Amino acid sequence: MNETTLNDLAGRQHAAPDRPKMTARNVNVFYGQNQAIKDVSIEVGMNNVTAFIGPSGCGKSTFLRTLNRMNDTVASARVEGEITLDGDDIYSSGMDVVQLRARVGMVFQKPNPFPKSIYENVAYGPRIHGLASGKAALDQIVEKSLRRAGLWDEVKDRLTDSGTALSGGQQQRLCIARAIAVDPEVILMDEPCSALDPIATAKIEELIHELRGRYAIVIVTHNMQQAARVSQRTAFFHLGNLVEYGDTSEIFTNPREMRTKDYITGRYG
Amino acid sequence: MNNSTSLVAELPVAGVAAEPATRLPTDWKTNAMQARVRRRYRSERMFRMLGLGAVALSAAFLAFLLLTMVGNGWRGFMRTEIQLPVDFPRSSLILDPAALKGFNAKAALASADIEGTTVEAANAAFGAGGARMLSDGGWLSVRDAIAEDPSILSGKADIWVPASTGIDLAAKADADPASEAAYARLKRAGAVRTSFNLAFLGGADATDPSVVGIWGAFKGSLLTMLVTLVLAFPVGVLSALYLEEYAPRNRWTDLIEVSINNLAAVPSIIFGLLGLAVFLNVMHMPRSAPIVGGLTLALMTMPVIVIAGRNAIKSVPPSIRDAALGIGASRVQVVFHHVLPLALPGILTGTIIGMARALGETAPLLMIGMRAFVATPPGGLTAPSSVLPVQIFLWSDEVSRGFVEKTSAAIIVLLAFLLAMNGVAIYLRNKFEQRW
Repeated sequence: MNETTLNDLAGRQHAAPDRPKMTARNVNVFYGQNQAIKDVSIEVGMNNVTAFIGPSGCGKSTFLRTLNRMNDTVASARVEGEITLDGDDIYSSGMDVVQLRARVGMVFQKPNPFPKSIYENVAYGPRIHGLASGKAALDQIVEKSLRRAGLWDEVKDRLTDSGTALSGGQQQRLCIARAIAVDPEVILMDEPCSALDPIATAKIEELIHELRGRYAIVIVTHNMQQAARVSQRTAFFHLGNLVEYGDTSEIFTNPREMRTKDYITGRYG
Repeated sequence: MNNSTSLVAELPVAGVAAEPATRLPTDWKTNAMQARVRRRYRSERMFRMLGLGAVALSAAFLAFLLLTMVGNGWRGFMRTEIQLPVDFPRSSLILDPAALKGFNAKAALASADIEGTTVEAANAAFGAGGARMLSDGGWLSVRDAIAEDPSILSGKADIWVPASTGIDLAAKADADPASEAAYARLKRAGAVRTSFNLAFLGGADATDPSVVGIWGAFKGSLLTMLVTLVLAFPVGVLSALYLEEYAPRNRWTDLIEVSINNLAAVPSIIFGLLGLAVFLNVMHMPRSAPIVGGLTLALMTMPVIVIAGRNAIKSVPPSIRDAALGIGASRVQVVFHHVLPLALPGILTGTIIGMARALGETAPLLMIGMRAFVATPPGGLTAPSSVLPVQIFLWSDEVSRGFVEKTSAAIIVLLAFLLAMNGVAIYLRNKFEQRW
């Protein structure tokens, strides 16, 4: 393992991923007077899956949303510190938030397809970013995205049906297809399986496995087994602090922190 | 942060509430329990009956209104006509049939004394005073007959001419004895008939109820509503979108929200006074014109659209906005590609309510001079015009009994207009409604 750069608040060294894609340094997030994230520093590597775990309200979703500036829509939210994507500060004035979100895609907790056709759901992103020239190219992007999301065979004969008519698991895979249709570099997933049954969950997890080679994936999850199954790196959040960050195998077998151990063994949370 | 801190220590000790050891199993079959069940069923039944009663009552009111209006009003769409024999060669009419072929036909018709000829013919046919059995505008039918077929000028012709109000009333209901007698005589002679009153649908206001028409007021309402819709809808929708999607939440937006809510509750006559003061006195726009009526009603309708629009926009789930933002849509794209289409059915519902209110509004239009007597349908947005509700108000105020049925007929036309407008809006709403 590559022991490098990052010192966090407590002065311990966290193992850094091989190729940092996104880096956060001393990030604080406030909602009005409340501090939701306290001095978090973390690196997210390319071509692997990073899981954020922690009890409810620990700030993991908030932190995830700072990575593509979705917190901008919350008027009272304020972000301090530095977050970079390929070395560029995403909160600097030179960063276009629309382009940022195209590069750092997001999949939400509840499947939220647009109330439009399946085709339109996937084609919307490429269309607004002008990624396809002509109908044939767009068709190709839609098919490729649906194939990568493992949904193509199930929907290829009914692309004009409404996206909301699909089952919950299919809807979530449609949302993933929609996110990868704009060819992002990072995909943020905010508890993508919490509204799904075990079979649909297994499919999504399988999908995350396959997508890993192409994108940097960050997944927030409540489900410890899921974190252990899908991720290579795991970060444990508690009360807005990043308690421990390291290789998933290490976090789950040999946590350094008592709090991590308590949480993982189910004594808390 | 202490390395050795355990999370478990922070947990409250899960105390088990002391359960009373001797709690008996609930007996669901006691009398008290049974009575409670019966009471619940009874209150449920009561509520259902009350609801049904309320619906039945409103349906009865609606049926009563429609029946009275149709019962009185259908006669307004009919008119009595008298067969008038005219002997053109013997009359004093000087009109060359050849002149009616060229493009001077209208001028030739206008210069001839057709009215005098008609009076002459009526007096000849029905005795002295026979002309009074015809409507004041009866000679117009003679003119139209000549224009249609100039060859009748060479001989005798029987022309159906609208009857006077007295004869008309005698034919439809009851009238004064003289008219009744005259009608009875005509009927014996077979010289009277009742037919559909096309002139009512095509004409404008007049002093004689037998020749009034509704088209003038109808067209005035149409133009006024057009101006109202074109102004109030975009302004209202854009205001609602801005306030919901863009405006920061602060004291100013609170103030604007309160103002808009108050504006929606301001009595309509105040808007009329505003229109009078601003559009007529300051901006010197034409009096009685549909454009001024439309502007005034737009002021009144806009707050309703803003309020309905904001509620509709608020009810679009935030997850849709997140979804669009999450793949890199800009704020404007989120609003126009997703929020507005989903909110449109709700916005249209609010627009229907606002426009229906504007269509029936009388008071503010009286203030800007739309109660004038206008005998020709308006030619444009700036021409003097009447509108349907004001026309109803004016006719209901007339002395002549012939206006009673015309008033009812005008009300039917207004209701039909309203139904048509709502029908279009409901069609559009259903078209835009998206399934979830």
